[in-house]
This record gives sequence, C-alpha cells and structure tokens, in this order.
Amino acid sequence: MKSNAAEYWSANIRLILKLLAIWFVVPFFGGIVFVDFFNQFRLGGYPLGFWIAQQGSIYLFVAIIFYYAKKMSDLDDHFDQRQLDEQQLDERRLQEREG
Amino acid sequence: MELQTLSYLVVGFTFAVYIGIAFWARAGSTQDFYVAGGGVHPVANGMATAADWMSAASFISMAGLIGFSYQGYGGSVFLLGWTGGYVLLAMCLAPYLRKYGKFTVPEFIGDRYYSNVARIVAVICLIIASITYVIGQMKGIGVAFSRFLETSYDTGLGIGMVIVFFYSVLGGMKGITYTQIAQYVVLIFAYTIPAVFISLSLTGNPIPQLGLGSTLISDGTYVLDKLNQVVMELGFSEYTTSTRGSTLNMFFYTLSLMIGTAGLPHVIIRFFTVPSVKAARQSAGWALVFIAILYTTAPAVAGMARLNLMSTIEPTAGNYLQYDQRPQWFKNWESTGLLEFEDKNGDGRIQYSADPITNEMVKIDNDILVLANPEIAKLPNWVIALVAAGGLAAALSTAAGLLLAISSAISHDLLKSVFMPKITERGELNASRIAMAFTVLFAGYLGFNPPDFAAGTVALAFGLAASSLFPALMLGIFYKRMNTAGAVAGMLSGISVTLLYVFQHTGIMFVQSTSFLGNMSPNWFFGIEPNAFGAVGAMVNFIVAMLVCRFTAEPPIEIQQLVDNVRSPFSAGAATGH
Repeated sequence: MKSNAAEYWSANIRLILKLLAIWFVVPFFGGIVFVDFFNQFRLGGYPLGFWIAQQGSIYLFVAIIFYYAKKMSDLDDHFDQRQLDEQQLDERRLQEREG
Repeated sequence: MELQTLSYLVVGFTFAVYIGIAFWARAGSTQDFYVAGGGVHPVANGMATAADWMSAASFISMAGLIGFSYQGYGGSVFLLGWTGGYVLLAMCLAPYLRKYGKFTVPEFIGDRYYSNVARIVAVICLIIASITYVIGQMKGIGVAFSRFLETSYDTGLGIGMVIVFFYSVLGGMKGITYTQIAQYVVLIFAYTIPAVFISLSLTGNPIPQLGLGSTLISDGTYVLDKLNQVVMELGFSEYTTSTRGSTLNMFFYTLSLMIGTAGLPHVIIRFFTVPSVKAARQSAGWALVFIAILYTTAPAVAGMARLNLMSTIEPTAGNYLQYDQRPQWFKNWESTGLLEFEDKNGDGRIQYSADPITNEMVKIDNDILVLANPEIAKLPNWVIALVAAGGLAAALSTAAGLLLAISSAISHDLLKSVFMPKITERGELNASRIAMAFTVLFAGYLGFNPPDFAAGTVALAFGLAASSLFPALMLGIFYKRMNTAGAVAGMLSGISVTLLYVFQHTGIMFVQSTSFLGNMSPNWFFGIEPNAFGAVGAMVNFIVAMLVCRFTAEPPIEIQQLVDNVRSPFSAGAATGH
C-alpha cells in the first residue's frame, strides 16, 4: 500500500498537470498559434483571439491559481484528518493491548 | 491650485506615509529583516507582491510598448508573460519553498544540492539578474521626479535613494512589505483613475476593460475597429493582428517571460513571509488579482490613448492638425523631448505616417501614453499629481524588493554560510543592514552613471532567471533523483547558452561593436529574438541536468528526506506516514 505522503504527492501532481495543460493551451493556442482562427469570432468589439491574448488569459490565470489553492487546501485537510484518525486508531490499539 | 505645488503636496504626502511606516515597522530580528517575521496575511502579501512586481516599466512604459512599439496585438507577449508566470509560481515553487521555511533562494539551492558551489552559482545569477533590474528602477525614480516635479534627474534620484535607504535599512523585509502595501494603493489608483475617465469619455463605459470592447460615443463604431481603420490609413499594420516577429517568436517570447517571472528571486522571497503553505498558495492568487487589475487595464489605456492621440493629430481623414494650433499637452511634452515634430514638407501641418520619409512625428516616446494620458483626457490637476506619485511608488517598491533580494544573498548566503558561519544573530542582523546600505549606495551609483548596457538588461534579467534559477528550483522539488552535478551543470549550461545568444546579437555586455552576428533578424535562430531566448536556455538547462544526473550518483538519503519534507505541507514528524 502506498504511504499517505506518496498518495498525497501523486494527487498533487495529477492536479498540477491538469491545470498546467489548461494554462498552456488557452493562451498559447487560443491567443498565439491559432489566433487568426479565433479572430473570426467576436466578443462585443473584441476579436476573440485578441481578447484571449490581452484579457481572457489573465482572468483564467487568476481562476487557475484559486482553484488550485482550494483543491489543495481540501486535500491537505483530508490527509490531515486521515493522519489523525490513524493516530487515534494506533492509540486505541495500544490501549487495548495494555488493557 | 498650481499643478506643480499640487504634485509636491501629493508626492510629499505619500513619502511621509512611507517614512511613518518605516518607523512603525522596524526590524528586531533576522527573521523580521529577511521574511517580515513570517506572519504577513496572504491578502496583504499579495498586495505587497503586486507592488514589488509592477515596476516603473509596468506603470510608465508598458501601455506605450503595447500601443506603439509592439503595434497592439504584439504587446500581448508582456500581458501574458508577466502574468502567466504566477501560475507556475503558485503550483510549482511557492508552496514548497515556503514549507522549507528558510530566508533566501540560494539557501534552498545550496541545501537541496548539498553544495556551496551550487549556492554560489545561484547567488551570482541572483545578483546579476537583480542588479540589472534595479538600474531600471533607479532611472525610473530619477525620470519620474524630473518630469513631474521639474527637479533635475540627479536631485530626484538622490531624494528617492534617501527614502528607500531609510525604510529598507531600518525595516528590512518588514518595512518593505508594509510600505509596498501603501505603494500598491497609490499606484493602482493613479493608474486606473485616468483609464476610467478616458474610457468614459470615449465610450460612455466607466470600466476600461469593457470600454475597449464597446462602441465610440462619437460615431458608434467599435473602438478597436476604429483603431484598426485609423492606423491602417496611415500605413501602420492592423492593430488587433500585427504580431511581434513570427508566431514562433511570440510563442517563445511569452514563454520566456513566464518562466523568468517565476524564477525571479525578489518575487519568490515574498512568499516566505506568509504564515503557512496554504497561505502561500492563496497569496499567489491574490498577488495576481492585484496585478491583473493593472494588466487588464493597460491594453485599454494603450488602445484608447493611441486613438485619442491620432485623432488629435488627424481630426478627420486626410486633414492634419496645424502645428501652431497644437494643444497645450503637446507643447508640454515636446519640451521634455518625448514628442518631436519636424515639418518636412513645410506646410505647417503635422503629417503622421508609418513611412519614415514623410512622417513628421519623428519621435513619440512609449512613455507618453501613460504620462500624458490625464492631460489628453483633460483631467483635473490632482489626477496628474497622483500619476506622478504612482510612478514613483511603482519604481520605489520594486527597487526595495530587489535590494532586499541582493543584500540578503550577500549577508545570509555569502557571509553567514560561506565566510563567517559562527556569526551571531545580532551580528547577522547588523551585517544585513550594512549589506543593504551598501547595496542601496551601489544601485544609486549605477542610477547616477547608468552603464551603456542599461537598455538591454531587462531581457538579461528574465533570461537568467528563466535559464538558471527556475529549472534548478523546480527539479529540486519535483525530481528527487536530481543531484549536485546535474543541477550545477544544468545551471551553467542554461546561463551560457542564454548569455551567448544575447551577447552575440546585441554585443558583449550590450556594447554594439562587440556583437559578432549583428542584431539582425535573418541571423536569429529560427527567428527568435534575444529577449525571447530564456525559454530555450531553460530547456537546455533541463536537458543537461537530466543527462548529467543519470550518469552520476544519486543524492544522499537525507537529501531525499528533505525533498519529502518540502513536498508535504504537514509538520515534519507527521509527514512520513508508513
């Protein structure tokens, strides 16, 4: 069985890879490589590709960081709780053995 | 009230606030001096980080860079690059370095790679990157003073230095953090108020980010459509689509700025000041919120101020402004040399065109967009005075952050760890104050005598941070097997490739005559300009580090435990669940 620490770390890595994919695809493809394609569409007066490059990606970056912070905070609490549970279990076993 | 008196009052008031904070936030320990005691609230740290990050260049020059030099869309490289790096920072560096809980970036590298060589290489990269950066801030202080308060450049720089000296030597990181918060408030109001007014007057929408996508009050066309039409009539390329070089160049330029941003030590150390790992992650989010307020406003300022400027010069198509009827702001900025007019065809009118032969606006400095914006939009004098205080706040806050990064590397990494390991806490605090004092004086000296290479140095700062520090830090956290040999070989090869590329095109230390390939786009590697090369340097670093690491011994067991400890946000004892 994987240790808590290893499990926690691989959950973190999975989350980072997922978010880095979004972080990379949206600005670099939407705002640079395929910008001409997206510029056919419009968002009010903004050509969409131009908007992604000069506005949208920045809002996305903010959202990514807060999403990551929230998810990791939950993950921290989860593993923190599990650690406490395991400690209590150990203590109870110890007491039972002594009793 | 007279504009100049008003400017003195507003700037004087902000300076009094900074000095007041310096007295209140004196440092009592090395913990205070290096990491502000480690108890800064994540939102407060986010605000301080934003001020630390947004320099004189962001405040004064960026909108103009987007609007003029980079022709609109091409300026996206700055907007994306200087914000996207925070995502890397928040997920790949800040939380783990905070967990490690030490004072400087080279300290982590030295401990993780169990080597003083690695530490000293990191110190050298840090010092070069930060000093090149700080020269720009010192110049920014002098320029802001001389333009707004009509003092000489030297006097302005002298006053600025005294202020920085005061709060950074007295308070270290603690003093710097709390002044940066005040400076953020000043600079963000100074930036957004003129933007709101210009958006309101052109489009009727008070939010500049929406205004740029709205229609003009005057004739109902969209702002960006009008802008495209006006610039193309004069022979410039289309505002919303003109790229900076090739698509590949924009790609690498953006990526280099992102990686460089995440690797700049003066930004990373800000995350050492928050109380926990959780707080470090949140604080990165808040930092980017506060940065985004300015960075999403900047494209609106760029587009609208450029449109305003052009419609002043050419009120209706083909009908150019008479030179002797030019508005007052035009005359004001002409006298500073930021605008220059030359009546080539002698008709007394201002022909503005993309063709250098007929163009009569021989100089439009990038900085004019932000500096003259309140006057062009006919805003009251107090707004202009506020912009002066904002420009100074941006330059001072970034300078202070950089100075701390440099002086702590000297006092903590060189003095305490390498030369005088037995120094007491009290002694180190004094040493760090002395190091700070000398750093301020040295930076000031460079500000008074800016070296020839000052103009090209920001590229160097980002290139070095991207090609040396970022990969070493990231591998140190994410690749447990990485060892001393790999990291040092990676850093040295990353730096060498980047420096070689920058210098061969722009001259050794930016002295033109020593450039052996010339700064010509046909000679650029796949059309990538020197400013955009940091990402390539970073890749070289990663590859070399991985290769060398394969063929050398794995790091000792206690280093692998150190990595485990850094990865886990829990306290050291609880982290190793078996």
